[in-house]
Amino acid sequence: MNIIVPIKQVPDLVEGLEIDDSGKDLNREWMKFKLNEFDDHALEEALILKEETGATVTAIALDSDDVDKALFTAAAKGADTIIKVTGVSGTGLSSHEAAKALANVIGGMSYDLVMTGVQAIDDRDGQLAVLLAHYLDKPHVSVVTSVTVAGDQAVISKEYGGGLVAEFEGTFPMVLGIQAARQSPRYVPVAKVRQIMRSASIEEVAAGDVGVSSGSDITKYFTPVSGGGAEMIGGSAEDQAAKIVELLKSKGIK
Amino acid sequence: MSNQVFVITEHINGQFDDSSFEMLAMGREVASATGGELVAVLMGHNQKDLASQLGAADKVIYADHESLANFNPQAHAKAASAIVAANMPRVVLTAYSSQGMEMGPAISVSQNMPLLAYVSGISVSGGSLTVVSQLYGGKMNVESQTSAGHCVMSVLPGAASADAGRKDGAPAIDDFAVDLGGLTIKFKQLIEPDKSDVDITQQPILVSVGRGIQNSDNLPMVEELAAKLGGAVSCSRPIVDSKWMPKTRQVGKSGLKVKPKLYLALGISGAPEHIEGMKDAELIIAVNSDPKAPIFDFAHYGVEGDLFDIIPALTGKL
Ligand SMILES: Cc1cc2nc3c(=O)[nH]c(=O)nc-3n(C[C@H](O)[C@H](O)[C@H](O)COP(=O)(O)OP(=O)(O)OC[C@H]3O[C@@H](n4cnc5c(N)ncnc54)[C@H](O)[C@@H]3O)c2cc1C
Ligand SMILES: Nc1ncnc2c1ncn2[C@@H]1O[C@H](COP(=O)(O)O)[C@@H](O)[C@H]1O
Repeated sequence: MNIIVPIKQVPDLVEGLEIDDSGKDLNREWMKFKLNEFDDHALEEALILKEETGATVTAIALDSDDVDKALFTAAAKGADTIIKVTGVSGTGLSSHEAAKALANVIGGMSYDLVMTGVQAIDDRDGQLAVLLAHYLDKPHVSVVTSVTVAGDQAVISKEYGGGLVAEFEGTFPMVLGIQAARQSPRYVPVAKVRQIMRSASIEEVAAGDVGVSSGSDITKYFTPVSGGGAEMIGGSAEDQAAKIVELLKSKGIK
Repeated sequence: MSNQVFVITEHINGQFDDSSFEMLAMGREVASATGGELVAVLMGHNQKDLASQLGAADKVIYADHESLANFNPQAHAKAASAIVAANMPRVVLTAYSSQGMEMGPAISVSQNMPLLAYVSGISVSGGSLTVVSQLYGGKMNVESQTSAGHCVMSVLPGAASADAGRKDGAPAIDDFAVDLGGLTIKFKQLIEPDKSDVDITQQPILVSVGRGIQNSDNLPMVEELAAKLGGAVSCSRPIVDSKWMPKTRQVGKSGLKVKPKLYLALGISGAPEHIEGMKDAELIIAVNSDPKAPIFDFAHYGVEGDLFDIIPALTGKL
C-alpha cells in the first residue's frame, strides 16, 4: 500500500502577525514557520499504518520557505520518500493553486491513500483535502480521527460535533483530511534530522500547468480588535488573583 | 446563471444543525441585496417532512436517495454539486462544519466557482461580493472580493443568529432526482459519545485548560483550583488529542457546547473552533500571556499573565 502525505509550513502564531505596507498581505520577511499541526497528525496516522501494514509513506510539499526542514523531519520520522514540487511558490499561494499543483504530481504516482491535514490556519479559499480530491477525481472523507486498513479498503472514523462519530467504509484510492491521529504525533530529535539530511535526498518534481486561481482577490487584511470584549485586570499575579476572587464574590459565584 | 442564494442545510439523526438556520438568516440578507430568491437545499431519504422547519426560505429543493439517508461525503458532495449545476445560483452557502467541509470544495471545483472559507460576513454591491474570512486561528481577518458572478462560501458558525433563520411553515418544495451510482464510500454507523464521565454541559462552573498548560504533569494544579471553586475541569482540543484528558471534557466545534455561570479559560488562545463551544457562557474570565490572544475579544474579563503564577495565587485565595 502507498500513502502520500501532502504537508505544508504555516506561520507560527506564537510570533505576532504583521500586515505589510500594501495592507493586502502579511509581512513575511521575519516570519517564523512551523508544520501545519493537522499535517503532523496526517503524517503520524500514515506512519502508524506503515507500522501496521508495511505501507510506504511519501511526504510531498510545495516549494516554500523552510520546506526542506519539514520534509527532512518527515523522513527522520519514517517517511520513505520526500518530494518537493517546484515551479510554484507555496507561501501565500491559494488553496486552489496548491491543490491543482499537488494533483498534477500525485496524479502521476501510484497511491492508495492521500492523507493530509483537515485544514490550515491560512486556507482562505478552502481546505486543501477536498479540493485535492476533486482535482484528482477521487472520493474523500475529511475530519478523520482514525483509519483502519483491511485489504483494498479502509474503515474511517469521521467526527461530528459533541463527540459523535460516523464510520465509513471506503475502497482505495481515496483522499482523507486528517483531524487527529490515533496518538500524539511522534517527536524526533534534531540530531536525527541532521543525520537524515546527510543520507536522504529530496526528489524535485515540476508542478506543470496549474491554470486555476482562487477566483477572488484580497482587498485587505485587518486585525480583530484584541481585548475589545474583555475588561483587563492588571497588577501582579497576587493582585490579579485577589481581583478575580472579588469579582466571583460580587457575582455570587463564590 | 440565476440570482438565487442557496443554503446547503445539514442534519444528523433527524435534527438540523443550528448552522443551517444561521445560514438561512445570513442568506436572507444576501438575497434581499441581490433581489434573488432564498433556496434551502435538503438532502435525505424519506425525510421530506424536515422541510417544514425551513420556513425562512422561499423554496426548498429536496433530493431523496437511499445513499443520502445518512451523511455520506461522496454521495452528498455529488448531490449538492448536481443541484447547484442545475441552477447556477449567485451564492451558495455551506457550513464550516464536518459536513459542509466536504461539500463546499466539491461544488467549487466541479462548477468552477470561487470558494471562500471561514466566512463571518458578506456584503453585496453591484456586480461584486465582498467577504470577510477569519483566518490564523481568529488572529487575522481577511477581506476578499470576487466579481466572478457566483461564489461558494463556507460560513463560520455563529456568523448570524440561528433564531432569525428558524421559521416553521412549509415553503414550496421542488423534488430533485439525483443519480448516485458507483459510490465507493459507504456509511456504516453512527457511534454515540461516551456518557459515563461528568457532563460538562451541566456544570455551572468550568475551569478550562488549553495548550498553555504545557504538559499533563501540570494538570493536578488545575484540578485543585476547580475543586476549590466547586467546578469541573474542561479543555481545548489539543489537550484531548494529546490524550491528557478524555473527549468528554472537550469544549468546542467537535466537542461540547457549554453555557456555565463561570468559564475560566486558562492558556486557551480562542480559536474560532473553541469559541463556538463557549461564547454563550454567562461569565468568561480568560488568563493568557499573549495580550493579542483572540480569547480576550470574547471574554468579559481578561488577565494578561502567566497561568503558572495565577493558578496557585488564585487557589491560595479561595
Ligand atoms: C474541524 C475542527 C474542529 C475543531 N474543534 C475544536 C474543538 O471542539 N475545541 C477546541 O478547543 N479546538 C478545536 N479545534 C482546534 C482549534 O482550531 C485550535 O487548534 C485549538 O482550539 C487551540 O487550542 P488552544 O487554545 O489550547 O491552543 P493554542 O492555540 O496553542 O493556544 C495556547 C494559548 O496559551 C497561551 N499560553 C501559553 N503559555 C501560557 C502561560 N504560561 N500562561 C498563560 N497563557 C499561556 C498562549 O498565549 C496561547 O494563546 C478544531 C479544529 C478543527 C479543524
Ligand atoms: N479556482 C477557481 N475556483 C472557482 N472558480 C474559478 C477558479 N479559477 C477561476 N475561476 C472562475 O473563472 C473565472 C476566470 O478566472 P481566472 O482564471 O482567474 O481569470 C473567474 O471569474 C471564476 O469564475
